Amino acid sequence: MSAVIQTKNNTKQQAALHDPTWVRTGLIAIALGFIVLFLCLPLGLVLFEAFSKGWTAYWSALTQPDTQAALKLTLLTALVTVPLNTVFGIAAAWAITRFEFKGKSLLTTLIDLPFSVSPVISGVIFVLLFGAQGVFGEWLMAHDVKIIFATPGIILATLFVTFPFVARQLIPLMQEMGNEEEEAALSLGASGWKTFFQITLPNIKWALLYGVLLCNARAMGEFGAVSVVSGHIRGMTNTLPLHVEVSYNDYDVVGAFAGASILAGLAIVTLVLKSLLEWKQSDR
Amino acid sequence: MSILLSNISKNFGQFSALDHVNLEIPEGELVALLGPSGCGKTTLLRIIAGLERADEGRVLLNGEDVTDEHVRNRGIGFVFQHYALFRHMTVFDNVAFGLRVKPRKLRPSEDQIKEKVHALLNLVQLDWLNHRFPDQLSGGQRQRIALARALAVEPSVLLLDEPFGALDASVRKDLRLWLRHLHHELNVTTIFVTHDQEEAMEVASQIVVLNHGKIEQKGSPSEIYDHPSNDFVSRFIGQTNVFHLEKDDGVWLKSAGMSLDDARGITAHVRPHNIAVVKQSDSVSSPVFLKDWQHLGATIRLELGRDGLNGSGKIIYAEMPNEQFKQLELAKGDKVALFIKHAHWFN
Repeated sequence: MSAVIQTKNNTKQQAALHDPTWVRTGLIAIALGFIVLFLCLPLGLVLFEAFSKGWTAYWSALTQPDTQAALKLTLLTALVTVPLNTVFGIAAAWAITRFEFKGKSLLTTLIDLPFSVSPVISGVIFVLLFGAQGVFGEWLMAHDVKIIFATPGIILATLFVTFPFVARQLIPLMQEMGNEEEEAALSLGASGWKTFFQITLPNIKWALLYGVLLCNARAMGEFGAVSVVSGHIRGMTNTLPLHVEVSYNDYDVVGAFAGASILAGLAIVTLVLKSLLEWKQSDR
Repeated sequence: MSILLSNISKNFGQFSALDHVNLEIPEGELVALLGPSGCGKTTLLRIIAGLERADEGRVLLNGEDVTDEHVRNRGIGFVFQHYALFRHMTVFDNVAFGLRVKPRKLRPSEDQIKEKVHALLNLVQLDWLNHRFPDQLSGGQRQRIALARALAVEPSVLLLDEPFGALDASVRKDLRLWLRHLHHELNVTTIFVTHDQEEAMEVASQIVVLNHGKIEQKGSPSEIYDHPSNDFVSRFIGQTNVFHLEKDDGVWLKSAGMSLDDARGITAHVRPHNIAVVKQSDSVSSPVFLKDWQHLGATIRLELGRDGLNGSGKIIYAEMPNEQFKQLELAKGDKVALFIKHAHWFN
């Protein structure tokens, strides 16, 4: 008798805890449909268009000098901005989580600024500062320093846009960890550098890698800010995303989609690495 | 190593954490910094360690002014409340850390480090855990590893912040005694912070009672317990009944056998074990009756209700040995007479 009551109770409890089947399947269908429609379909289309005229057309589109130059510029930009922003990000996270100072909350807000400002505006800021009619324009002209419509401008704009990634990843983690382990290392006689490399860095390494990865993806993919400062000079100041746009506007479909396929490939590699890192982190 | 603190003050914004603290700790003592939370005890410990800077005052270790010395040069061992073990290192590497970061000239060879770390792990009786990571250890084990790690650099002063705070009651009891024995063995000047007066009484050879950033009293456990220097210490250490002469308590105290002629203050603090309880027959009019009682092991704590007079509803606590309580054959509601054997007077 009591067993019967219990099973009855169990089914009741299950009914109370679980949504009806149609709600579950409905939600899953919507989520999957969205992903297929807005992610998989465009990605497939990019590859389809890139190879629409066969392997050789694809390959020659990739190996033509303008594409090569764009690829090199993109890599150079990432190579400069990612290490710099890694160092800046660690420094900012360290300052915010380890020290008490006036204007700390302001600094925390300002770190997010590049995320909240439209990338186009970020680009315009640099034009206003370093452009021919800009604040430093005359001085730069007089000293023959080219920033806008040249590689330095592209690097500066990318630096600005990708600044928050590393710091954003580290601040919550370092806040949660506290600084007791570092204090312990210092009390045991370790120097500041030894404490950083032997205690802090191992503790933040996964989050740091994750931040660097996101920073890199954005540095290579940034369009808005770079578009404003670059000037779109073919073979000179076109990064890969800009090259895609220029090619597309010239009705060079294969060229545009071949460039896009590289960026898409980068996105997929980033995603895979990101999930690997997340899995590694949760494993610990 | 002796410790001398002179005129230490520390403010956090408007809040005064320490207010001109002077303290001298002779070599080899095991001292408890005792006080309620927020009294400044941890801040004081961190100032001695060099993890915090005093706004004012000097810190002298062994006669040497170390106020401006960095924590890594002070030769102290610090055990953190939550142990702060390096989570990405094994137990062995944790303990070895202090030896491995020494400058090359002073650094022992890897063989010597190995020998020393195993010796320390044997000292804390946990050598068998040397390959484990901190998150695979229990709280009590982490605590002992943290202690071994601090001892590895042969500190002249050992500082422990709430060393037993995060442990189970039973583990805490074992570790208290163990720490006492360890101190006896090593004879390193040791200071630990606690808010638990029982813990301070059980472990320390000297107790410093702090409140609101000031030292209220310093002395051996028995001095502090038997001769509390003020109202705060008396209430904070052990349990105490407080009677106010100005209220009706005066009359009542007289009836409990106290002579008020030698009253030295306006409040009388009476420890529960200084109250003798006698059973009264129902016919006698007595305002005190047994409300409830609790078994504390060797002693029984009586909750005595007092009505009539103005102090109606006030509860007086008395304690007596288990055996004696059995002989009295008291039941809840029985009337009793009290006799106060000893009181401390405060203003």
